[in-house]
Amino acid sequence: MGAPAMLRSEKDVEQDRELAWQFLRYMVTMREVEDRIERKLYRQGKIVGGVYVGRGQEAIPVGVGLTAEPEDVLCPSHRDLALFLIRGVHPRQIFAQYMGRVGGLTRGKDGNMHMGDMNRRIVSIISAMAASVPVAAGAALALRYKGTHNIAYSFFGDGATSRGDWHEGLNFAAVQKLPVVYVCNNNQYAYSTPVSKQMACADVSDRAPGYGIPAEIVDGNDVFAVHGAARRAAEHARAGNGPYLIECKTFRMTGHSAHDAAEYVPPELLEEWAQRDPISRLEKKMAEKDWAGPGEIDRVYEEIKKEIDSAVDWAEKSPYPDASELTDNVYERG
Amino acid sequence: MSGAKSVQLTYLEAIRQGIQEEMRRDPDVFLLGEDIGVYGGAFKVTAGMLDEFGERRVIDTPISESAIVGAAIGASLMGLRPVAEMQFADFITCGYDQIVNFAAKCRYRWGAAVPMVIRAPSGGGIHGGPFHSQNPEAWFTHTPGLKVVAPSTPADAKGLIKSAIRDNDPVLYFEHKALYRRIKEEVPDGDFTVPIGQAAVVREGRDLSIITYGAMVHVAREAAEALENEGISVEIVDLRTLAPLDEDTVLASVRKTSKVLLLHEDTMTGGIGGELAARIAQKAFEYLDGPIVRLTAPDTPVPYSPPLEEAFLPNATKLVEAARSLARY
Repeated sequence: MGAPAMLRSEKDVEQDRELAWQFLRYMVTMREVEDRIERKLYRQGKIVGGVYVGRGQEAIPVGVGLTAEPEDVLCPSHRDLALFLIRGVHPRQIFAQYMGRVGGLTRGKDGNMHMGDMNRRIVSIISAMAASVPVAAGAALALRYKGTHNIAYSFFGDGATSRGDWHEGLNFAAVQKLPVVYVCNNNQYAYSTPVSKQMACADVSDRAPGYGIPAEIVDGNDVFAVHGAARRAAEHARAGNGPYLIECKTFRMTGHSAHDAAEYVPPELLEEWAQRDPISRLEKKMAEKDWAGPGEIDRVYEEIKKEIDSAVDWAEKSPYPDASELTDNVYERG
Repeated sequence: MSGAKSVQLTYLEAIRQGIQEEMRRDPDVFLLGEDIGVYGGAFKVTAGMLDEFGERRVIDTPISESAIVGAAIGASLMGLRPVAEMQFADFITCGYDQIVNFAAKCRYRWGAAVPMVIRAPSGGGIHGGPFHSQNPEAWFTHTPGLKVVAPSTPADAKGLIKSAIRDNDPVLYFEHKALYRRIKEEVPDGDFTVPIGQAAVVREGRDLSIITYGAMVHVAREAAEALENEGISVEIVDLRTLAPLDEDTVLASVRKTSKVLLLHEDTMTGGIGGELAARIAQKAFEYLDGPIVRLTAPDTPVPYSPPLEEAFLPNATKLVEAARSLARY
């Protein structure tokens, strides 16, 4: 009858404490980097294009990303900035990316979250939603082909699940029993379109059984819950049992992008979800569990803000690409 | 290569042999597509492959072109060399976004190589109707980042599929269905490649140049024989690669003969002929002794009924007529 929590060993608790600090650092860094971009640099006219942030959704890339092994492949959505941080991309590269400088991951060839690096096993998203879902299946196929135990993680939002590519990708992976973990950030809006106009089923997870894929719903604003679900999903996929889907219920706390005031979202929904902010919840839990001493969390914020200040300086000093680079890398040669 | 033997192969056998040799040479090469394994492909290009290479390397997929192309992209990002088959080139539309927005732009945007091949059986003359006869190559020559090849002979079919598989960029390989079993020739045995991006002068002539590719090369040869009897000497350039274009070989032929006829089975507007005409007009204008002439399929869907399809397709009779009047200009 004993609740599992009561049976946890001291070692488990210590592990949770360490995890909590890891979660906090990545979640706060993601929030602060994106706030700087959206609320300051964009308004100052320093970001030359669109801005897509994951405010309020940080628990998802962080909770999931920290279950990945370094050789696993990540296919992020445009609201999963923390995956880049977890794979060692420095905030200064992200600022430079947004500013169109050579210091960004694409040297100014593309902007915002449209970046990737196969040395870090991160596949760049494209603007057509769900296009990287079949690509994740191919990456998983390659991992199995090479005889590794590694897996691919495929991230997307609720809106992406309406696209044919999403369905083709899931079906292909299921038929081939490929090691893919599907992570849906169901933030309830795709641009201005609510989930109710996106699909007639109640949950994204309802779609998975039709493909023979097990699925579970998790509180996407509880980083420990997300992490636990992702661990179950990853174990399932890594053991050769095929794909697994987790649907993380969350809410988009901004417009679709920085230009969008999101007046179509009822204010009471934003107020309700503000109470469930994943970072505040984590901090509260850390205080309750006595995992953080007085002022310790504040010091993390201070460090991160300082790091961001110098990262922005670095990015602003990074030059724009020379126009002569325009025709580089269309093909391998010439 | 010294001491290499050659064997008689059909166009279809040459494609198959090229793929087989690459799969034996490189364990990272694998195949995926609809009905390619157990059934050996709708046209039997991959017959016997499953027996030799097994299910790991010859993957029968769902009817799912976007997933086929997307999975090929994902695998190639990881260093494998997938060869994906579209059952008919016409169905490539279902994977279009993956090709033009994902595969074509990876290297440019974030430096990631996508060394994949998409084989697309294309072309008419088999009474396939509107959805089994199209020549959609121009949809892709307009997309920077893609390479597009279209062999006309068994030797080129083999040499180009091998080059395509070894290439580190995405390559679309248009194989003409009407050629599969119709032509047979000596093909060098063993490791033999045809470089991507090189056209070939397949017939030397003095009076006019026919620039073409794919099945139309054979139409051009037939017409050239007939014109020779009338005293008109025709040079034929087989483009072989449609992107990137071998402009130098085309311009050299135009400068030599001063008259040019652009021939393709694809429909006219927006076809490769228009692009060639513009380049020739811009770069070899002072060499031209006549208008740049295009002979192509008309701007209609590909019809089914034999008299309609015959009227649709360019053939030697139409070509002789067009070339004769150009020669007289």
